[in-house]
Amino acid sequence: MANKKEITITDETAWCPGCGNFPLRKALSAALRDMDLDCDQVAMFTGIGQAAKMPHYINVNGFNGLHGRSFPPAIGTRVGNHKLKVIVESGDGCSYGEGGNHILHNIRRNPDVTHLVHNNQIYGLTKGQASPTSEEYIRTGIQIEGTTAKPFHPARFAVGMGASFVARSFVGDQDHLNKMVKAAMEHRGYALIDILQPCVSFNKINTYQWYSERVYKLDDNYDPSNIDSAFEKAREWGDKIPIGIIYKKEEEIFRDRLLLKDDEPLVEKDFDPKDAKPIMKDFK
Amino acid sequence: MDFNILIGGEAGQGLKTIDDILGKILFREGFNIFSSKDFMSRIRGGHNFMQLRISDEELYGPENDIDLLIALNSETVEIHRDQLKDDGIVLIDGESEIIDGRTILVPASVIANDINPKGVNTVFVGAVLKAMNLDLEIAKEVLKEHFEEDLLEDNIKLLERGYNSVESIYDNLEQNVTEKDDEIFIDGNSALGWGALSGGLRFYSAYPMSPSTGIMKFLAGQQKDYDLVVEQAEDELAALNMALGGSYSGIRSMSGTSGGGLALMNETIGLAGITETPVVVADVQRPGPATGLPTRTGQGDLLFAINSAQDDFPLMVIAPRDQEDLFYTGFRALNLADKYQIPVIILSDQFNADSSKNVKEFDFESLTIERNIISNDDQNADDYKRYKFTEDGISPRAYPGQFKGETVLVDSDEHDEKGHIVEDAETRTKMVDKRARKIDKLIDEDLQEPNYYGDENIDYLLLTWGSSYGPAREAVQLLKEDDIKVGLLSFNDVWPLPKNKLKELAEDAELVTVELNSTAQFKSLIASETLIDVENSILKYDGRPFTGKEIYQRFLDEVIDNG
Repeated sequence: MANKKEITITDETAWCPGCGNFPLRKALSAALRDMDLDCDQVAMFTGIGQAAKMPHYINVNGFNGLHGRSFPPAIGTRVGNHKLKVIVESGDGCSYGEGGNHILHNIRRNPDVTHLVHNNQIYGLTKGQASPTSEEYIRTGIQIEGTTAKPFHPARFAVGMGASFVARSFVGDQDHLNKMVKAAMEHRGYALIDILQPCVSFNKINTYQWYSERVYKLDDNYDPSNIDSAFEKAREWGDKIPIGIIYKKEEEIFRDRLLLKDDEPLVEKDFDPKDAKPIMKDFK
Repeated sequence: MDFNILIGGEAGQGLKTIDDILGKILFREGFNIFSSKDFMSRIRGGHNFMQLRISDEELYGPENDIDLLIALNSETVEIHRDQLKDDGIVLIDGESEIIDGRTILVPASVIANDINPKGVNTVFVGAVLKAMNLDLEIAKEVLKEHFEEDLLEDNIKLLERGYNSVESIYDNLEQNVTEKDDEIFIDGNSALGWGALSGGLRFYSAYPMSPSTGIMKFLAGQQKDYDLVVEQAEDELAALNMALGGSYSGIRSMSGTSGGGLALMNETIGLAGITETPVVVADVQRPGPATGLPTRTGQGDLLFAINSAQDDFPLMVIAPRDQEDLFYTGFRALNLADKYQIPVIILSDQFNADSSKNVKEFDFESLTIERNIISNDDQNADDYKRYKFTEDGISPRAYPGQFKGETVLVDSDEHDEKGHIVEDAETRTKMVDKRARKIDKLIDEDLQEPNYYGDENIDYLLLTWGSSYGPAREAVQLLKEDDIKVGLLSFNDVWPLPKNKLKELAEDAELVTVELNSTAQFKSLIASETLIDVENSILKYDGRPFTGKEIYQRFLDEVIDNG
């Protein structure tokens, strides 16, 4: 075998032709290769939906769990083996809807995890219902006279919550997405990339063209460490949509706060039941 | 000698301090001891009580009749007056005098106001020890361990003043008592947590829920001394999913909750089933449904736990019978979860969890951890398949990053040997069969038959699962004294249901389940698994535990009289 460790992608997928998942996967796998990561060094945690099938189509370690629960297993793995590069990846419904509570609290934990959200503003696998990020008032087979709730704004939310890395990117710009993934992976702490992508089958509004006409890159003068400008950029949505690192701050991560003794991963530590015997004195 | 002390008062009056200190003192004096708690779900006010039953013989449960009632408020006397034995005594706060031969006023508030107004409870400890005619030597040792230095001096004074404020009442309590050097005095939640820790537990993620929180609290306290992480999850969905992520990474992981939390965790138990990720969940039962009685006890989750999550997959349910069994079950459950790569649910309950008992020191020599993770030179490491088809259904387990160039993929969708999502009929059927074979092996190799207590020839057989064992064992003794030929079969493994001993003993005896639920769930389980018809069930669902005498009396009323 030429190189078993190399990160590769499969030929077959269950995605629709033209799906935004393809360019996303291409940028992701290229970024992982650029970082010289082997397939066994990366662990990907996903939920349910078309985006969540990613670990079947890229040869990294994968935990394809329950709908909405992509994040919590990643925390357990961070506890067991922090040497792995951990990616949490799923769609907008799984991440922002069913799994909303976990984003909230994992921003608070600030684990060293890269969070990739495929945001196509629609439910694809269940055939075209509104998602938490769908445009206000859009009509679907379920929302027959329009949505009943305002959209969720991931970047606003994450900056507001004090997430340590908040970025937005677009699958139509491979270079940009590639850079964002690498920056997120290199960031020590929680890193959200809200990735704009079309759903060619069910979202007839937010198309490649719609996004292309609106997205613009934050320029080199933009300072992502400035919380005030971050709030301003996070709020920008509509005719102009900024992409890039909106906010970034180094701070204590989840693991720093655990009462661990050393840097050796827990999975590699031996244990003898007799080590727990001294507790006996507490009950004498 | 069988002597029962009840300490009652409002939440916030320091009942627990009396109970902790007095329990430890009486244990060190050499008494056998059973301590149980009755809390309300509140932080201040209401009525709480704790019972300390002591004897020169081993005790298995609480007792209703009271010898010594320590009342921190007058309401306690009103509530428990009827439980007082004919020669029972009440100790209550007030100017020191004996009112009617049964009630002794202890000037606890007066003494406490002199020394430390928060110390009423320590005055009572002193008074109780004097009433019981015990000295203060051990009591002072225990206070030294319990209180920080700045409070110790005050508490010694409070203890002595309390001691000197009353007369001795009981002379012979210590007569047949011997020191218990090879025993410990432990509550159920700590025993379970310690058992798991001894099994190499590395990660406990949970959401606080009575009455399971004691496990989390015990483990949290061990984090500084052991390679252990305890994380408070945002909800039970996260709690169990986090534990699965820990297990996936190769570390032993566990969660704990009560029935409502287990309901939230149910989909994830199915996830553990289909991904074949070992995990242990403690369901410390309380009466339900929904919020039910948060701080009380019950055994209503049996069929729910067994039937966790949709469709078929192997899981195991174990209901430890007492504090000792909780320790060994905590250890064993982690081994079984790893060996069979299944979820294991431990069904404890508030009675088991919050009661303390003296038990033999746990035998650490008997404990061996078995991980069942493949070694680095295993032939399965090459072109690794997480769900490889095998004869016994158990696939080689590796963890991510273990082998260069190999990945570990687990999937909640039906999957192929590699872990990739599939929908074809043939693979689906083969995977269901593969998972099912694991339980056949478990039944052959690891299922524990129930323990039998009683004589060889019996007319009646009591059947218990979990913590009803203790009171039922006392009931068997009482019934034997009435020449009723009765035995007790105490199950701890309940799913899969061990059938051999039951079938053997059921032939010649009338069967009676003893359960803290309203529909005789264990009777239903036995019927569905063995076609054996259990004739009677002694049921209770008021949130309170059985006592031995209660089961005895109900057996006479409901089984014998109706027989």
